[in-house]
Amino acid sequence: MSKINTPAMEKLKKKNKYNESGVSTPGKEAWKRLRRNKTAMAGMLIILFLLAVAVLADVIAPYGYRDQDYSAVMQPPSAAHLFGTDNLGRDIFSRCVYGARYSLPIGVICVLIGLVIGGGLGLVAAYFGGHTDNIIMRIIDVIQAIPSTMLCIALVAILGNGMWQLIVAIAAGSIQGMTKSVRAAIFMVRNNEYVDSSKSIGVSDGKIMLRHLVPNAVGMIVINAVGGVSSNILTISTLSYIGVGLVSPTPEWGAILSEGKTYMTVAPYMVLYPGLMIAITVVAFNLFGNGLRDALDPRMK
Amino acid sequence: MTKYILKRILYIIPVMFGVIVVVFLMKAATPGDPVLELLPATATEEQKDAMREELGLNDPLPIQFVDYVVGIVTRGDLGTSYKTKQPVMTEILQRLPNTLIVAVLAMALSQVIATPLGILAAVKQNTWIDNLIVFFTMVGASLPTFWLALMLIDLFSVRLHLVPSMYNGTVAGWVLPIIVVSFGAISQTAKGVRTNMLEIIRQDYIRTARAKGQKESIVIFKHGFGNTLIPVIAGIGSGLSGQLGGALIVETVFAIPGVGKYVADAVTARNFPAVQGGVIVLAFICTIISILVDVMYTVADPRLKTNLMAPAKKKKSSKAAAANGGA
Repeated sequence: MSKINTPAMEKLKKKNKYNESGVSTPGKEAWKRLRRNKTAMAGMLIILFLLAVAVLADVIAPYGYRDQDYSAVMQPPSAAHLFGTDNLGRDIFSRCVYGARYSLPIGVICVLIGLVIGGGLGLVAAYFGGHTDNIIMRIIDVIQAIPSTMLCIALVAILGNGMWQLIVAIAAGSIQGMTKSVRAAIFMVRNNEYVDSSKSIGVSDGKIMLRHLVPNAVGMIVINAVGGVSSNILTISTLSYIGVGLVSPTPEWGAILSEGKTYMTVAPYMVLYPGLMIAITVVAFNLFGNGLRDALDPRMK
Repeated sequence: MTKYILKRILYIIPVMFGVIVVVFLMKAATPGDPVLELLPATATEEQKDAMREELGLNDPLPIQFVDYVVGIVTRGDLGTSYKTKQPVMTEILQRLPNTLIVAVLAMALSQVIATPLGILAAVKQNTWIDNLIVFFTMVGASLPTFWLALMLIDLFSVRLHLVPSMYNGTVAGWVLPIIVVSFGAISQTAKGVRTNMLEIIRQDYIRTARAKGQKESIVIFKHGFGNTLIPVIAGIGSGLSGQLGGALIVETVFAIPGVGKYVADAVTARNFPAVQGGVIVLAFICTIISILVDVMYTVADPRLKTNLMAPAKKKKSSKAAAANGGA
C-alpha cells in the first residue's frame, strides 16, 4: 500500500483533480486553460490591481487631483512626489491614480453600449439573414467607410466636451466592429440542429437568439469585448490628448499628457508617467484578451 | 473577374452617398449659426441675412442636402472654410500628399519589418524567439501613438539631436513620423503572418518538400512564404486606412501640414465645412483602398476567385470566413 503514495502518484492525482470533481463545463475548461496561461493571468492581475487603484484612489493618492502647490512647481520625481509635479504644482502621481477612475470605467461602459447596440444588430442580421442582413450590413458599410478616429472626433465636435459626449462618441465608433464580429460568431452557430429543432417546436425568434445562439457564441463575443476595452482606452486618451473629450482639470491620462507636452523638454516626467499608465493598462487588456482567445476560441483547441 | 471588380467599384456610389448623408446630418445637428463664424462680429443684420441666403441656409434641409450632394458631384465643392474663406477641397488637396507620404512609407517600412518577424516567430514556434516577437509586437500596438511620438522626439531630437522634432520639409523630418506610424501596423501584420505561416507549415506540400530533402530555407521561403501574402495584404489595407484615420494624431504631434491636422484644427476651431470635407475625402480614399485590397486577395490567392464568382449567398459566408481568418 505504501507504494501508492509515491511522489509520481501524488502528481498524477493532482493532475486529475478536475476529472475527479466530476462535471466539466465549457466554462470550467476555459478557466482551466486560462489559468495555465501565465501571461494572461499577469494581464488579469494588472487589471484587478488597476481596478483596486481606481476604487481606493482616495486612500492611495497622497494629494488631491486638483490640489495646487505653487511652492512646488515642476518638481522632478522625488519621495514626496513620486512622479513629480506639474506646472501648477499638482502631484502627477495622485493625478495618475485618479486617472484610473476615468479610462477603465469609460472603456468598459463604451464596450457594453457598443455590444448591446452593435452586437444586437449583428445578432439580428445573422439570425434573420436575407434582406434584414443586407440592410443592416449596408448601413454598417457606410459607418465603416469613415475612419473610426475621425468619426469619434467629428461626433465630439458636434456634441461638445464632456464625459457623456465622449462615451456616446466612442460607443458609436465601436458599433460597427461589434456588429461585424458578433455577426460572424452567430453565423458559425446558427445552422446547428438545435436551432432548427427549437423552431420546429415553436420557440420564438427572440428566445432562440438569446437562449440558444448568444450562449453558444459567447466565447467570440467576450474575446471581442476585451479587445474593445483596450482600443477604447487608447481612443479615450487620444481624444483627450487632442483636446476634445475630457479636458483639464479632469485627471484623465490623455488629458494630463496633453497638458504636459508643452513642458516636455524641461519636464519629460509630465509626459512619461501618464503615458506609461495608458500603455500598461492597454498591455494588460491585450495580454488578458490574447489569453482569452487561446482559452475560448474553439479553433485553437 | 472584371464583373466582380466593376461591381465593387459601383458599390462606392451608395457607400459614399451614405457617408455624405451621415456627415450632412452631423452638420444639421450641430448647434450654432455658421454665418456668425463667417462674418466679422461687426456685420449688420442685413449682411447676415444676405449671407444666409447666399449659403442656402434659409432653404429646407432636404433642399440643402440636394445642393450639397450636387455641389460635391458636379464641382467637387465641399463648401467654404470658415477660417480661411477658401474652398475646402482646394485646401485638402494641398495637404493630401503629405498625409499619403507618411501613410505609404510607414506601411512599406512596417511590412518590411513585420513579414520576416512573423515568419521567424512561426518557424521558431513556442521558443523564446517566438515569445519575444509576440510580446514586443503586442506591446508596440499597445502604446498610445501620441505618447510614443513624444518619447521618440524627446530621445532622438531633444537629447541626441539626430532628427528634427517637427516637420520642416526636409527628409530627416519625415523619419520619426514614419517610424511612429509603422509601430501599430507591424504588430498586426506580424501576428497575421505568424498565424498563417503556422497553418501552412503543417500542410502536406511542406511535408513533401521536406521529405524529398529540400533545404529548410527553400522550404520556408519558396513554398511557405508565397502563401503568406494574404495577411500581408490585409495588414497593408487595414494599416493604410487606420493610418489615414489616425493621421491627425501623428500630424498634430509633428506639426505636419496634412489632412489629419487640417481636420484636428478644424474641430477645435469649430470649422465644420473643413471637418466634413476631411471626413468625406478620407472615407473615399479608405473605400478605394478596401476595394484594392479585395482585388489583391484574388491575385494573391486565386482560390478566392471561385468564391467571389459564386452566387451572392455563398459569397457572404466566404467573406465572413476570410474576415475571420484575417482577424
